[in-house]
Amino acid sequence: MNHKLAIDLPGLALKNPVMPASGCFGFGREYSQYYDLSRLGAVIMKAATGTKRLGNPTPRVAETASGMLNAIGLQNPGVDEIIRTEVPFLASYDTNIIANVAGSTIEEYVYVAKQFNNSTDVDALELNISCPNVKEGGIQFGTDAEMAARITDKVKQVSQKPVFVKLSPNVTDIVTMAKAVEAAGADGLSMINTLTGMQIHLPSRKPLLANQTGGLSGPAIKPIAIRMIYEVKQHVSIPIIGMGGIQTAEDVLEFLLAGASAVAVGTANFQNPLVCVEIIDQLPKVLKSYGFKSVNEAIGKGILYDKSNLSCP
Amino acid sequence: MKKVRLMHVSKITPIATDTIELVLNNAEVAQLAIPGQFLHIAVPGHTLRRPISIANVNGDTVTILFKTIGSGTKALASINEGDVLDVLGPNGNGFPIDTIKPSIVLLIGGGIGVPPLYYLAKTLKRKGCQVISVLGFQTKDYVFYEKQFKAIGKTYIVTDDGSYGHKGLVTDVLDDITEPFETYFSCGPLPMLKAVRDYLSVTPGYLSLEERMGCGIGACYACVIPTNDKNGYKKICQQGPVFKSEVVKL
Ligand SMILES: Cc1cc2nc3c(=O)[nH]c(=O)nc-3n(C[C@H](O)[C@H](O)[C@H](O)COP(=O)(O)OP(=O)(O)OC[C@H]3O[C@@H](n4cnc5c(N)ncnc54)[C@H](O)[C@@H]3O)c2cc1C
Ligand SMILES: Cc1cc2nc3c(=O)[nH]c(=O)nc-3n(C[C@H](O)[C@H](O)[C@H](O)COP(=O)(O)O)c2cc1C
Ligand code: FES
Repeated sequence: MNHKLAIDLPGLALKNPVMPASGCFGFGREYSQYYDLSRLGAVIMKAATGTKRLGNPTPRVAETASGMLNAIGLQNPGVDEIIRTEVPFLASYDTNIIANVAGSTIEEYVYVAKQFNNSTDVDALELNISCPNVKEGGIQFGTDAEMAARITDKVKQVSQKPVFVKLSPNVTDIVTMAKAVEAAGADGLSMINTLTGMQIHLPSRKPLLANQTGGLSGPAIKPIAIRMIYEVKQHVSIPIIGMGGIQTAEDVLEFLLAGASAVAVGTANFQNPLVCVEIIDQLPKVLKSYGFKSVNEAIGKGILYDKSNLSCP
Repeated sequence: MKKVRLMHVSKITPIATDTIELVLNNAEVAQLAIPGQFLHIAVPGHTLRRPISIANVNGDTVTILFKTIGSGTKALASINEGDVLDVLGPNGNGFPIDTIKPSIVLLIGGGIGVPPLYYLAKTLKRKGCQVISVLGFQTKDYVFYEKQFKAIGKTYIVTDDGSYGHKGLVTDVLDDITEPFETYFSCGPLPMLKAVRDYLSVTPGYLSLEERMGCGIGACYACVIPTNDKNGYKKICQQGPVFKSEVVKL
């Protein structure tokens, strides 16, 4: 183990700060055919709901400049089936398991959280109040600070495991959201989820995605993620798992500088199934070449310009 | 462990209007490939890989055929001999070759659904099957691989406008086939697959489906198709692209 890469988050001792992002890695089975999942700091599982969901009609993905849109619609076999068949598989690896909790009602979120809380193999929860692709729930909870706080509080009441609240970037003021969930007891933040977008198919004049809109991910959203993490870091003291467009170890360092303590890699897995381990391999060299001895040392070390000297033209 | 594979482009040939044939070199892929499987090909400058069927295998080379329809396939068409493609695959489940006994089989392909049927035709012929092919294209200018299919067995060419072969749809010539075929295999646009399945409703058949893909390996749930089984869906990239005709809801 490379101690320079190790990082402690609430309830999680990560051997390195890199984990695949929710929904981009399934439950790990497919990628386990490409590499040993024990190499990962953690695995964030695909979203779980109270009961099985079949998701949205297809097409569910579209390509954009430097990114993609998706509207999978939280397709999953339901929390109990995930605990029965998927968690044991992941538990056979030496890595941490983070469960992504979703739902349409507060009761559903609480049910899912309770079930994962009872599963000894799950190490932490990621509360997905930011899915843009379902009619009810998801993003509704993630764009209203009061709702976000309420649901965080309810989930915290049933969970002894640390809860990372996954914030939606589809808000005018991300700091308000972050502060609200921190005050409600969140142990950490995950940011950012996808940005709602749309693509129109010229020949048919119809939206390309059957769901009409979808969530934008990939390098296109990285500057937004960096900005939001930078802003939030100035106002909260809980740790942040950063994500949005990460493709390289340099990108990881940028997220650390902005204030993230660990990172998740989503869309890039589709391009390169080995991307997470390649980033882990490159990270020590990249940290060193920018003058850092460890991941820990780089967190939040981005330097702000002194705005007092700036004046608008 | 599975790998990200590099394939050297050894030959690029335009073979019909907007249609390119690429011969790619990689002994491992050639050895693993079964008819109906696809390669998930990285295209420089594009976020998502492009799924393209394996059309033929010869020694250490794999042939793919594709139509240039958008920016990804256009970029793919402009690579050069000697360049290297970054590929996942062979992906998916191909046609169930092992379960097919020497018998008369019918292959029905439409447009860019024709390529995977060529490697299938070759393989079934080698197994002792009598292969009859019905291949549909838009117009005369889009027709490809006629000679290759004819070398394997009786082949009907159909064009939408009648500019070559029979005029009409692939289903229009099915009545002309008097041989007692036992199984059919089809790949092409969805309306064609539906028509074929309805027309041949009593014959066991296999359909190869397309859907927009993300990961191409079964992790992202982009490419699902509703099914008639208890699970309610299957992933085309992983459990397909070939399905028994009665399993999927088209
Ligand atoms: C299993 C499988 C096998 C295929 N085999 C062949 C083949 O042998 N030859 C061939 O010419 N084409 C084949 N296709 C279709 C081929 O993948 C698309 O034509 C191609 O992806 C279009 O890319 P583009 O950038 O040119 O088009 P764009 O329309 O610009 O592509 C935009 C996005 O939509 C996706 N997309 C567009 N059309 C399709 C489609 N019909 N199916 C799946 N994704 C699509 C693209 O991959 C890309 O992500 C196959 C598709 C699948 C799923
Ligand atoms: C296909 C796809 C499915 C996703 N599914 C989920 C999900 O189930 N739960 C969730 O919290 N986020 C989901 N996300 C969002 C990602 O976890 C991540 O926050 C986002 O994609 C930004 O990271 P990236 O640019 O590296 O992909 C999904 C993203 C994609 C592309
Ligand atoms: S493309 Fe990701 S599951 Fe099929």
